[in-house]
Amino acid sequence: MSVEVQIRQEFQGFDLDVAFEAPVGLTVLFGSSGSGKTSVINAVAGLSKPRQSRIVVNDEVLSDSVAGRWVPTHQRCLGYVFQEGRLFPHMNVRKNLLYGNGLAKGRGEVASFDQVVDILGIGALLDRRSSELSGGEKQRVAIGRALLARPKVILADEPLAALDEPRKAEILPYFEKLRDEFSLPILYVTHSIAEVARLATTVVALKDGKVDRVGSAAEVLSDPSFTPMGPRAVGAVLEAKVVRHHEDGLTELSANGVALMLPQLSHSVGDQVRVRVAAHDVILSREAPKGLSALNIVEGKVHSVRSGGGPGAIVSVDTKAGRILARITRRSAAALELSEGVPCYAVMKSVSVAPQDIGTR
Amino acid sequence: MSDWLGPQEWAAVGLSLKVAFWAMMGAVVPGILVAYVLARWEFYGKQFVNVLVHLPLVLPPVATGYLLLVTFGTQGVVGGALKEIGVVFAFRWTGAALAAAVMAFPLLVRSIRLSIEAIDPKLEQAAATLGASRLRVFFTVTLPLMLPGLLAGMVLAFAKAMGEFGATITFVSNIPGQTRTLPSAIYAFLQVPGGETAAMRLVVVSIIVAAGALILSEVLARRIAAKVG
Repeated sequence: MSVEVQIRQEFQGFDLDVAFEAPVGLTVLFGSSGSGKTSVINAVAGLSKPRQSRIVVNDEVLSDSVAGRWVPTHQRCLGYVFQEGRLFPHMNVRKNLLYGNGLAKGRGEVASFDQVVDILGIGALLDRRSSELSGGEKQRVAIGRALLARPKVILADEPLAALDEPRKAEILPYFEKLRDEFSLPILYVTHSIAEVARLATTVVALKDGKVDRVGSAAEVLSDPSFTPMGPRAVGAVLEAKVVRHHEDGLTELSANGVALMLPQLSHSVGDQVRVRVAAHDVILSREAPKGLSALNIVEGKVHSVRSGGGPGAIVSVDTKAGRILARITRRSAAALELSEGVPCYAVMKSVSVAPQDIGTR
Repeated sequence: MSDWLGPQEWAAVGLSLKVAFWAMMGAVVPGILVAYVLARWEFYGKQFVNVLVHLPLVLPPVATGYLLLVTFGTQGVVGGALKEIGVVFAFRWTGAALAAAVMAFPLLVRSIRLSIEAIDPKLEQAAATLGASRLRVFFTVTLPLMLPGLLAGMVLAFAKAMGEFGATITFVSNIPGQTRTLPSAIYAFLQVPGGETAAMRLVVVSIIVAAGALILSEVLARRIAAKVG
């Protein structure tokens, strides 16, 4: 089960030339606006026809410009979650949910109606009209509608972009469930690093219509040279397991044996989580710090020091917990004589990790 | 109540309702088709189609009637061919319905087109991604959402068909019981001495029908708008 995409298309101002493979799990198409990510997802959906394309979903060729094959949108077995929900205003929630379900009787269900209603918590909304729903509720129904269409691939085009921060935090877990509970390939377009950090199994970063890099979220985000949204948005992702909830409100995690303390998480003991640690929240020290309030001190070795024209530098530190990125001044980097191979300690305040930067898996 | 109008007048009212009904019914499907094409498709010659559709609105009705006579008359290109298969329009009530349909067509198309243009094509796209073919998208998304406009257009077309005079009298004349619709009957009564009271009665009927149609369309449009949200 995977999605294979090759697209070439000339637009005014830039050429789109993209090839990648999206395995089962959630593949984020990441890039700034104008990088071509929506053009890619719409070509997969068949909503726009590139000059040259080859798109294969689970061994089924949806488009092949060499062979002259082009499957129309409605025969592509999709579940598409749009930015604006696009619920049908003349139907209630139940009819919206079942719209695609009835059209795909031949295929096996991804999830039953009751399952979907239960997972998304929309049981109380079934008889409402879409005009009576909040933005977050609309997106939940839109996710349910896509799931119930018995899709072979889920597409999502910036599904959180139109929501405010609390609503985003409300919807994000549903995409985690989508990723973890169904073995479907998901193509997810976003320009938000936070969403990449939480959701991506695979990241396909696009830049000016080309694939800039491909890899797991941890790989791509831990690369100090990857700063598409500026140095302020840099931050590595650590994978960890919930070990214990302490009585004083802290949750203890274990990242490959290294203990990390975070403010209380809602996850249960044993759950795998991923934690995004913003680079500007990390302090570096050459010696083991003493008498410091920060709870998380991780030993490691400098992997690289990158600095541009500004006063800042991004230091990547390889630790047992994984690679950690720290954004410090060039002056500090020089004072500490940080360079490749130098041992050092990365210091992270527990409270600096925001709840929305913690995801499952 | 039934002796309020004379038999001739009843005949005119009944005929008018029949003509207007069939004119409306006959125009609605082509009207939706043309409106959809004008609203959603881009093609060479679109402006020409648009002008052609609207021509009956601005042309003198007598001219439209004459063109219908030339085309659909028994000697006409289309009329001659149709006569072979037993369909005759000239000087029949069917001809009156045809004339009324042609005259009402631009109003119908305008109304439907506006309501289609108000529908977000993204909803139709969403339906397609959920597995609906073009035809199904039309019947399950586009048509329900354009219903208020369609209904308003149909009522407008019906009212226009009830009142159509110039093209009708030119095309199918003014034959009692056959092509003497309400306006033709009013006109005929006014041509004979002492016909004013009968004419006035028919004017009152016209007012009732027209006002009734408008109220009906308003009520229906509101109900549907509430449903469509």
